[in-house]
Amino acid sequence: MNAIILTAIWGVVMMLAGAFIQNKRIPKYLAISGILLILVANCWELYTGQTLFSVDLKDMIHLNSFNLAFISIALICTLMYFLLSGRDFEKVGTHVAEYFALIFFILCGVSLVATFNTLLILFLGIEIMSIPLYILTGSDKRNLKSNEAALKYFLMGSFSTGIMLMGIVLIYGGNSSASFYLNQIHLGVGKMPVMIAAGLVLLMISMSFKVSAAPFHFWTPDVYDGAPTVFTAYMASVVKVAGFFAFMRLFENAFGTIQPQWQNLVVIITAATLVIGNFTAVFQQSVKRMLAYSSIAQAGFMMLAIFAMNLAAKEGLVLYAAAYSLASIGIFAILIKMKDYTISGFNGLAKEQPVLAFAATVFLLSLTGIPLTAGFQAKFYMLLAAINTHHFVWLVILAVGCAAISAYYYFRVIQAIYFKESTDAEPHVWDVTPAFKFLLLLLVAVIIILGVKPELIIDWLHYFPLP
Amino acid sequence: MEKLHGWISFPDLLIWLPLISGLVTFMLRKDKQVKAWSLFASLLTLAVSVLSLVYANDKILNYVSWKWLSTLGASYSLGLDGVGHILSFLTAVSFPLIFAATYKSEYKHSQAFYGLMLLTQAGLMGVFCAMDALVFYFFWELALIPVYFLCSRWGGEKRIQATFKFFIYTFAGSLLMLLGIIVVYLHTNNLMDAGGNIIAPHSFSINAFYDVAARLEPTKQYWLFGLFFIAFAIKMPIFPFHTWQPDTYEQAPAATTMVLSGVMVKMGLFAVIRWLLPMFPAAVDHFGYIVIGLSVIGMIYASLLAMQQDDLKRLVAYSSIAHIGLMCAALFANKQIGTQGVMIQMFSHGINIIGLWIVIDQIEKQTGVRKISQLGGIARKAPALTIMLVVIALANIALPLTNAFVGEFMMFTGLFKYNVWVTAIAGLSIILAAVYTLRMIQHVFYGEVNTLTATMKDIPNSVKWVLGILLVMIFVIGVYPQPLFDLTKDTVASLLTRFK
Repeated sequence: MNAIILTAIWGVVMMLAGAFIQNKRIPKYLAISGILLILVANCWELYTGQTLFSVDLKDMIHLNSFNLAFISIALICTLMYFLLSGRDFEKVGTHVAEYFALIFFILCGVSLVATFNTLLILFLGIEIMSIPLYILTGSDKRNLKSNEAALKYFLMGSFSTGIMLMGIVLIYGGNSSASFYLNQIHLGVGKMPVMIAAGLVLLMISMSFKVSAAPFHFWTPDVYDGAPTVFTAYMASVVKVAGFFAFMRLFENAFGTIQPQWQNLVVIITAATLVIGNFTAVFQQSVKRMLAYSSIAQAGFMMLAIFAMNLAAKEGLVLYAAAYSLASIGIFAILIKMKDYTISGFNGLAKEQPVLAFAATVFLLSLTGIPLTAGFQAKFYMLLAAINTHHFVWLVILAVGCAAISAYYYFRVIQAIYFKESTDAEPHVWDVTPAFKFLLLLLVAVIIILGVKPELIIDWLHYFPLP
Repeated sequence: MEKLHGWISFPDLLIWLPLISGLVTFMLRKDKQVKAWSLFASLLTLAVSVLSLVYANDKILNYVSWKWLSTLGASYSLGLDGVGHILSFLTAVSFPLIFAATYKSEYKHSQAFYGLMLLTQAGLMGVFCAMDALVFYFFWELALIPVYFLCSRWGGEKRIQATFKFFIYTFAGSLLMLLGIIVVYLHTNNLMDAGGNIIAPHSFSINAFYDVAARLEPTKQYWLFGLFFIAFAIKMPIFPFHTWQPDTYEQAPAATTMVLSGVMVKMGLFAVIRWLLPMFPAAVDHFGYIVIGLSVIGMIYASLLAMQQDDLKRLVAYSSIAHIGLMCAALFANKQIGTQGVMIQMFSHGINIIGLWIVIDQIEKQTGVRKISQLGGIARKAPALTIMLVVIALANIALPLTNAFVGEFMMFTGLFKYNVWVTAIAGLSIILAAVYTLRMIQHVFYGEVNTLTATMKDIPNSVKWVLGILLVMIFVIGVYPQPLFDLTKDTVASLLTRFK
């Protein structure tokens, strides 16, 4: 509860700060202190179960340690993101404080989708999360690509929101109890009622759109590529995993009992996402676009959690969220510093910036899923969960094959960094401060520690079973 | 394995010493410091390994288990049994020799080179000591990553493509193995006592894996066997998974090639002994003849290719495929004498092939070429080198009194008990080996001195010492292999009881 209210309040604070403070640096520090404050409040709530605000929620929001731990992860990732890339907000435009404010509103949406217990809150959360993103995508006002991406994203996004709304309405209408609560949807005995089934499919489509699962992924490469890189980083990390968390909670709490009836649909989406994401990523020349496709590929792996929907899948998804977000934030933070976004733009980085090169390598290894990194543990949990269902063995083998393919495109960047010489003498990197390098190494340390001891996250998920 | 807690144990030391000293190496600045430090560190590891052999029967010192990922049922469990001892000793002994033999080599960023080499050693030690499937997988991959960087950064002209092929191949294989591990793991809570109560939660421990996997229904065992076998076959490599190997050996820097062919290919064979054979006896019975067939085909095929090679490195690479093929065939023939022969041969082959690489490295350094057709008459210019090489080469084709003879004799005996015809065909490879080895010696070391070899000098003393030590080991094991028999006896016996 703390996180939901405080993020909204701090978003307003940031907007006011934008109006009254002319200095460009202050908003960043204000934002970082805000996120720290919210993080502390949220962890306190996780630890003690007490909230600063007593609101009669009518059970529309469900708070337990699982959800709160996820919000904490989102907050920590955002903190790392602010620390690493906060300064790069200035490159996009002059309204730095407003950008921060929008990200706080996104966080409010993230907190809502992590805790919703009715379809209405889900809808609110998804919208609160999406609308600031449309703005951020188009924030580079004079850049045609940014404008195009924003328009595309907005049109496609509102379309999928419409589909979601239609799904919610159908479920509400087809439901004899006339209720939005997830656990009060009457799924019938045996076959589902037609309206519920139709609503379920529409919800699945719109959620797949939000997490850019195939075949609803077409917006992703263009939007990720067109948006200012600093906001792509956030889009591809925290927002994406929050979408998955919502996806999983929705289908577990509302439709978990009839999983066999919709599992086939998820299997198709998963397989398509894995194949399309990995195979198209192989052919990309721009690292930014490659990361966009790789985020689709990673979505395919996260879809395995929705397919499996057991305890290992739930734990694994949170672990995956952390591992994937941290690595993405890191690799994007480095990408922002590059002058040339093509793979050959990374040539010879190891000589010029050994720390950046090393950190980028660890992030890429983590995305590939090499042991000792958090990415391995995440993929390991996903495979564990998927195999545990004892169905669709081919899907798991497909996933493993795709993981091997993913090594191909991630390692192309590593090759460029370490083994290729750059042809020109000019530096490839914009200004890099020692603090930035230190933070990168800190992130590397976190990724490796999680790779060795994933319990650090898993244990918190079951720390405090709130009602 | 009973749960034992020694505060310090040999497997721990064998892994952590190279790991930490490797990390320290990255911090060093001066070239000389780096080389001296890594040689010192590897000698220290060797000392620990020798101690572990001295106290080989002490369970407290050789087994250790710590809590790690306990929610999943994994544990950081390490142990050294007979075959683990042999291979960890091979790893420990080969690194100082390699460092000493290539002491004069210059590398850009030598701290990174030597650091990665020591990390590779740590990964290899971990593979040979792991007593937990997840730990095993961790180290299996960890041994690969430094090698990838070593080959891609300090290798030959086509290094990037060649190493990439190698990496993708092995990574795909390991992922399949990971699937296999997970499937077996998910069955581990099926252990029931007499009353039908579940006695064990999920676990990655090697004993749980042995117990559970062997009891699975045959069709499941066949599938799992496939998943594990592909990973190991790529690493060994067995025909038709061998295509990465000659390219990688050719392109990798000399020191890394020695590690790759001397120690790393043994990972595949070791994994078959440690995991595959005990876990899936039914599948081994069922598929054994296919694997043996592939191995024998690979032996003949690789030997024929070795005869055609003009590049010394590729010649040795193909001969290595032939040798590994024999070891794999002998393993799957599943006879006591053959299996024991494999364990001894893994050690001998490691020693011999490192020796061969050292010689080739010396020739390449002095003349700048590796082509057999461009060399000749080295014997007149470098007599010491020639003597050493001839002995090592003869050991490589398993002449009596040399170390490889012991192992090959035992392996052929095992194969003979399995099937006479297979043995006959496999025996052809001995003749072919003699053909290509002697042809190589004849063309490279005898014949006319040409412009390239005219300026050759004999090898420096440090290399003489290294080769001398190798020679001593070749003869000692060739004449008195008893210690190796004693060391492996129990492991082989316990391995074969699983097939009854």
